[in-house]
Amino acid sequence: MPDGRTDNPQLIALQTYLNGLDKDEGSLIVALQRAQELIGYLSEDAIFMVGQTLNIPVSKVYGVVTFYSFFRTRPRGKYDIKVCLGTACFVRKSPAILNELATLLQMEVGTTREDLKYSLNTVRCLGACGSAPIVQVNDDLYANVQVSDVAGIIRRYLD
Amino acid sequence: MSEAVKSQTAPVAEAAETLTVTINGQAVKARPGQTILEVAKENGYHIPTLCHFDLANLRYVNEVASCRICMVEDRKRGRLYPACATPVSDGMDIQTNSLRVIRNRRNVLELILSDHPFDCLVCWKNGDCELQALASEVGLREIRVKGERHQVNVDTSSLSFIRDSSKCILCKRCVTMCSQVQSVNVYSAVGRGFNSVISTAFDLPMIDTNCTFCGQCLSVCPTGALAEVSNIDKVWAALTSGKHVVVQTAPAVRVALGEAFGMPPGSNVTGRMVTALKQMGFNEVFDTNFAADLTIMEEATELVHRIEHGGRLPILTSCCPGWVKFFEHQFSDMLDVPSSSKSPHEMFGSVIKTYFAERQGLKPEDIIVVSVMPCVAKKFESARPELMNEGVSDVDIVITTRELARMIQEISLDLENLEDTPFDDPFGESTGAAAIFGSSGGVIEAALRTAYEIMTGDKLEDVNFTPLRGLEGSKEATVSINGAPIRIGVASGLGNARKMIESIRSGEQVYHAIEIMACPGGCIAGGGQPYHFGNMELIKKRMEAIYAIDDNAEVRKSHENTAVQRLYREYLGEPYGQKAKELLHTTYTPRRKF
Repeated sequence: MPDGRTDNPQLIALQTYLNGLDKDEGSLIVALQRAQELIGYLSEDAIFMVGQTLNIPVSKVYGVVTFYSFFRTRPRGKYDIKVCLGTACFVRKSPAILNELATLLQMEVGTTREDLKYSLNTVRCLGACGSAPIVQVNDDLYANVQVSDVAGIIRRYLD
Repeated sequence: MSEAVKSQTAPVAEAAETLTVTINGQAVKARPGQTILEVAKENGYHIPTLCHFDLANLRYVNEVASCRICMVEDRKRGRLYPACATPVSDGMDIQTNSLRVIRNRRNVLELILSDHPFDCLVCWKNGDCELQALASEVGLREIRVKGERHQVNVDTSSLSFIRDSSKCILCKRCVTMCSQVQSVNVYSAVGRGFNSVISTAFDLPMIDTNCTFCGQCLSVCPTGALAEVSNIDKVWAALTSGKHVVVQTAPAVRVALGEAFGMPPGSNVTGRMVTALKQMGFNEVFDTNFAADLTIMEEATELVHRIEHGGRLPILTSCCPGWVKFFEHQFSDMLDVPSSSKSPHEMFGSVIKTYFAERQGLKPEDIIVVSVMPCVAKKFESARPELMNEGVSDVDIVITTRELARMIQEISLDLENLEDTPFDDPFGESTGAAAIFGSSGGVIEAALRTAYEIMTGDKLEDVNFTPLRGLEGSKEATVSINGAPIRIGVASGLGNARKMIESIRSGEQVYHAIEIMACPGGCIAGGGQPYHFGNMELIKKRMEAIYAIDDNAEVRKSHENTAVQRLYREYLGEPYGQKAKELLHTTYTPRRKF
């Protein structure tokens, strides 16, 4: 992307948003939050655009992005799978479910697969401890999951 | 970052108020706003520091207080405070060397060293390392803490310097230098907790960043986390290759090299340095000062040409490769503003591989040109494709002043007690104007001495343009030539340079000519010189030595250099003419802004 010019509609929307902000460091966090909402993650192009529009060095923007765990520098998969490792889920053997998912999907926990189909992450409590263990795929919640259920859950998200 | 850096201007208005502080049992006077460290220093008490550094002349001080080595005890409050970042208050009862302080300092150092590689014997910083010196001062003999360590991760992507984050102690001196002083902003703290490192945007390799390779970060790095790319082995290999090996030395090298041999700052070791280079086996030892005179012929003629033909003004000097790369990134829409003249050592390389080669009956590819420079950016510069002629680089190998010092030590020469030897002919002749190239303000002063005489046809009686001299970051002067005022600007340090260029872009300031050097103070404070660790007194001594060489020179105007005159007569033709443009001028490349 040559500085400031792009055909990407998400980046155009981001540029429009950034143009309305105060051009200083105080705008940085909201700018990054909005960029992540629009694009799904903080791409290099987005980070450049934020830095250059707000007059903040790109190295510094990147430093802030890597400091906060909320910000992502890689896209999430089409299916964002979260396994709860909160206390209730943990004692009801959610780590075994997590292992099964990682094995069947052939990926590491905490990563997104190369084909951008799946992200596999852990969470700490989804507030449904009565139904532990819990697995969440995008907006779908699965309660009382057993290891033997895992293959069936994955079959719903093959496309 | 701004909280880490404060302006050093003393609070003048409140100066009347005086505090009384006790240090190690003795009552002393202090001014409000002073740190414990400053008051202790004024009164002769030494407090060891590590991350702290104070660029008083640049008005920057690194006081992130991240290392905790300078912790002292306030007995009144019963607590320990970092001396570098704690302002004194009335009635403080400071102990700088109580058992509690000493134990604490030792523990802190042990913790720092528990995550540091133990390869000091073979580390490039061996002997120049502040961390090593501190371990010696504190008398540490054992590291009891066994903890996790950072992986060795060496970035060798740039041709100028190496970064090894496993040796980094997160003092952030490099960040302060690069962001606050230079305004380049290559570095940032990346990640959090134990995983935080000083890195670049997107953790890019240095070669892909907007780094100018000025090397000021490594001038202030207290450890081996930053070091130049060493070309020492390449030089030794060249000297035994059977090829014709020519060496040239930059103006600033001769006034700093002696420091590496324990000589006082500002010692001029020109003749002894030539002797050492001869003993290493170079076929010819030439002086980059000759090429500095040549550069003035080209730059001054280009300036006169632009003034008389309504060309683009101001003209910007282009000797400094750090400045050139900075400009290419930051002002890529103004690439017709800098002079197209190559830097002196590159002009020299070009002359060696054409004129000199022809005279000696040598093929250009059978000559190796080695440059000894106060600079690490010159290493990057010499590999620029714009500075090659039919696939042959003008300059083959660049080493720094520090590397030359190491080579002299390797062959066990005692520099201080060597005889003097003159540079070789025909490129040993130079003028006082060339000598001052090493100092901020010197290039433009040298150019004025020549431009004045070209434009007026009169003899310039007083060659000293003193308002352009000194360590100030920005200087300016107006010179009357043929009754017309010529406005001159000088900036050193890239932060000052940025401000000056922005002022001309906005139309706020009008200059005819501007000299920029990337390093604060000029090449004398270059990133390839013996480490200055922020000590500007040292730089001042080197500057005085440079001007003394000019003062004592018989010839002080570049166009009166007879060897330069002969080169034009026999080979180049007119200054800024066709042949000169072909061999001595270059082009610039727009680069991405970060």
